[in-house]
Amino acid sequence: MANRIPRVPVREQDPKVRAHNFDEVCYGYNLEEAMLEASRCLHCKNPRCVTACPVGVKIPDFIAYVAAGDIAGASAKIAEDSSLPAVCGRVCPQESQCEGSCVLGVRGEPVSIGKLERFVADYSASEGPAAEVKTAPEGARKVAVIGSGPAGLACATDLAKAGYAVTIFEALHKAGGVLEYGIPEFRLPKEKVLKRELDAVRALGVKIELDVIIGRTVTIDSLMDKEGFEAVFIGTGAGLPKFMGIPGENLNGVFSANEFLTRNNLMKAFRDDYRTPIHAGAKVCVVGGGNVAMDAARTALRLGAETTIVYRRTEVELPARKEEVHHAKEEGIDFRMLTNPVEILGDERGWVRALKCVRMELGEPDESGRRRPVEVPGSEFEIPTETVIMALGTSPNPLVARTTPGLETTRRGGLVADDAGATTRPGVFAGGDAVTGAATVILAMGAGRKAAAAIDAYLRSK
Amino acid sequence: MFKILEKKMLNPTICKLVVEAPRIAAAAQPGQFLMVRADEPGERIPLTISDYDREKGTVTLAIQPIGASTRSMVNDFAEGDSFADVAGPLGNPSDFVKMSPEELAGERVVFIAGGLGTAPVYPQAKWLHEHGVPVDVIIGARTKDLLIYEEEFKSVADNLYMCTDDGSYGFKGVGTARLEALVAEGKSYTRAVAIGPMIMMKFATLTCKKLGIPIQVSMNTLMVDGTGMCGACRVSVGGVTKFACVDGPEFDGYLVDFDEAMRRSAQYKAEEGLANGK
Ligand SMILES: Cc1cc2nc3c(=O)[nH]c(=O)nc-3n(C[C@H](O)[C@H](O)[C@H](O)COP(=O)(O)OP(=O)(O)OC[C@H]3O[C@@H](n4cnc5c(N)ncnc54)[C@H](O)[C@@H]3O)c2cc1C
Ligand SMILES: Cc1cc2nc3c(=O)[nH]c(=O)nc-3n(C[C@H](O)[C@H](O)[C@H](O)COP(=O)(O)OP(=O)(O)OC[C@H]3O[C@@H](n4cnc5c(N)ncnc54)[C@H](O)[C@@H]3O)c2cc1C
Ligand code: SF4
Ligand code: SF4
Ligand code: FES
Repeated sequence: MANRIPRVPVREQDPKVRAHNFDEVCYGYNLEEAMLEASRCLHCKNPRCVTACPVGVKIPDFIAYVAAGDIAGASAKIAEDSSLPAVCGRVCPQESQCEGSCVLGVRGEPVSIGKLERFVADYSASEGPAAEVKTAPEGARKVAVIGSGPAGLACATDLAKAGYAVTIFEALHKAGGVLEYGIPEFRLPKEKVLKRELDAVRALGVKIELDVIIGRTVTIDSLMDKEGFEAVFIGTGAGLPKFMGIPGENLNGVFSANEFLTRNNLMKAFRDDYRTPIHAGAKVCVVGGGNVAMDAARTALRLGAETTIVYRRTEVELPARKEEVHHAKEEGIDFRMLTNPVEILGDERGWVRALKCVRMELGEPDESGRRRPVEVPGSEFEIPTETVIMALGTSPNPLVARTTPGLETTRRGGLVADDAGATTRPGVFAGGDAVTGAATVILAMGAGRKAAAAIDAYLRSK
Repeated sequence: MFKILEKKMLNPTICKLVVEAPRIAAAAQPGQFLMVRADEPGERIPLTISDYDREKGTVTLAIQPIGASTRSMVNDFAEGDSFADVAGPLGNPSDFVKMSPEELAGERVVFIAGGLGTAPVYPQAKWLHEHGVPVDVIIGARTKDLLIYEEEFKSVADNLYMCTDDGSYGFKGVGTARLEALVAEGKSYTRAVAIGPMIMMKFATLTCKKLGIPIQVSMNTLMVDGTGMCGACRVSVGGVTKFACVDGPEFDGYLVDFDEAMRRSAQYKAEEGLANGK
């Protein structure tokens, strides 16, 4: 199965230029490019791409609309399964999901599904009429959604469409969860893309109450007993940073990726007109190999630092999206694979001066099937650096579980929930990173939608 | 938006602001703090809850302008204006809030407040006073003009001791010296709470150790979110890393590594210098 049309390349900002700005890296397709790329799809009878998409977007169908130039039709088709296409088209790990299973990928290059999805969302937003703002119907039953990340937004969207009066409670001063505070502007523009998606959610009549920390400002029990919410969805994510527990981690100049990214994204430290400070310095080492590590490293680079990524396995095992690794390399980030930090060394004033590492080699496979990295004895060496950023993963915040009697958690801190999102407390549902631990935008969104259906069923039977 | 209902300079450097925040007022407990962002370009900064009124739905802040954010809050906002964001109450309430009446019965508490730290001591002293616990309060400042809350404390403290470094009012000397003098006179306390600059809390801890009094200190570290998400507020307590915003802000003074905490506070000094120009 071959295809004579080569994959249509997408236009991107020149790596040398974009290494110094926070504008979006990828420009996306225009209508002509999108229609050409769409014409490559073979419209398989049993499309493997659809099975590989966690929410089952009807890929060949929406692509057929694009090929015919009917972008509104394509948009409606995608909307049947995804509520955040402009986001997912940009950040889904397509190479291991939809595109990873496309038959065209067997011999050549898969259809550029993510870029097409993004095109449809961006195009419809710029061409289409603004959605009219609705309010929940009189006497609608009230549902509370905790957290405004992809899980919460997707859940709220479906519930509002089903006629419920939905209020989202968000701890931070801006909605969006990781989409706002974690993923940088150059991958996901806040004004152009995220704000648009949030406006669409608000237009459905969903209320978003910011600066409310559930468990501190108000508890789930008081929402249900005193404020009349009949069901609750918890989509609080996995925002707690991990540190390595090595000596020197409390030196000045050691930050979690969350702190570094939050200062820059949520607080806009990169902009001169915002007051929040950020510290990068001339040299930065980022420890880790996931999307978070790539984002932190590429942010440090844009703030002017010479940046190194330190990862204990090899490039094959890097958990980050392939495109991000590729972009990071193009921009000039130095990758040190099979390298593990053992200590952070400070100067006499208590500031970082170097990262002490050991070399690793791959040994026997572990439970995950990946070969376990083991230390090469006597291989210690130092990487001089001013700043160390720890991007080692995150775990769920225990606050809601601790302040809600009857809500059980797993050993790893995730909320216990069944497939449909029902927790151990009647009327309380959960989904996304708060249940699974750090995962992906599309999985969180899928979980939010499943829970919305379960909440609807629960309230109908009540 | 969070409306400023009342604004008043308590002395030449400390400003009191009463802010409308009904959800927070309903939940606030002594010892907790808020994250406040004045306006869109503003920073999120931690500020202690200096008082709260559940009926009126207000919280009170006491702010000392030391840098760009605190200066802007005091200079650019008037009564009737609003802060963009006020989130909380954050952190754990003071230890004694969770104690039973039996446990409280034997307590005799002394507060050592330094400068701005005077304001956050107020809701704690008031709470203990309302629960029948004898409370002594020592307030220290450089000079008479800088002392605050004297009137307020008169109604909640059994004994109020004012101290100034220059002797312009009350006892001449620092608060810890006053505490030593009180103990020498025969006073005894079951616990001490110190709130103020880190250096002052460090010395209060050393004094209390010498006198054998357990002491809680309120760690005013750098913070970004205040909800456990960033780790900017890391402090070493008994050799273990804690997040001041969720594990504190109050800790056992004997266990806190003050020198590390003071060093970490200056982490953004160079960048803050730039922000001051903004
Ligand atoms: C830097 C970074 C880059 C990433 N890159 C990608 C990528 O390229 N592709 C991809 O698919 N995934 C990526 N991910 C993962 C993805 O963003 C997450 O899996 C996803 O956002 C999880 O969604 P969620 O709705 O479960 O939680 P979150 O997005 O974490 O949202 C949770 C929200 O709940 C709020 N909250 C928490 N506690 C409370 C409380 N007590 N009261 C009120 N509100 C509360 C939080 O403030 C937050 O806004 C990345 C993650 C990070 C950190
Ligand atoms: C739990 C908690 C409660 C607090 N309560 C109050 C309060 O009730 N009223 C009040 O006025 N302030 C309080 N603070 C301190 C307040 O948050 C800081 O003064 C403020 O963040 C400084 O911001 P800025 O932009 O004005 O000054 P910056 O420009 O950030 O700082 C100016 C200078 O002060 C240093 N600095 C900044 N923050 C601190 C700190 N926390 N400790 C020591 N040095 C610091 C900086 O290194 C810099 O040199 C509290 C802090 C915490 C953590
Ligand atoms: S949602 Fe993600 S996985 Fe599904 S089709 Fe779109 S880009 Fe692919
Ligand atoms: S597998 Fe590829 S070619 Fe087949 S329908 Fe999906 S996108 Fe089109
Ligand atoms: S302030 Fe961010 S974790 Fe404490």
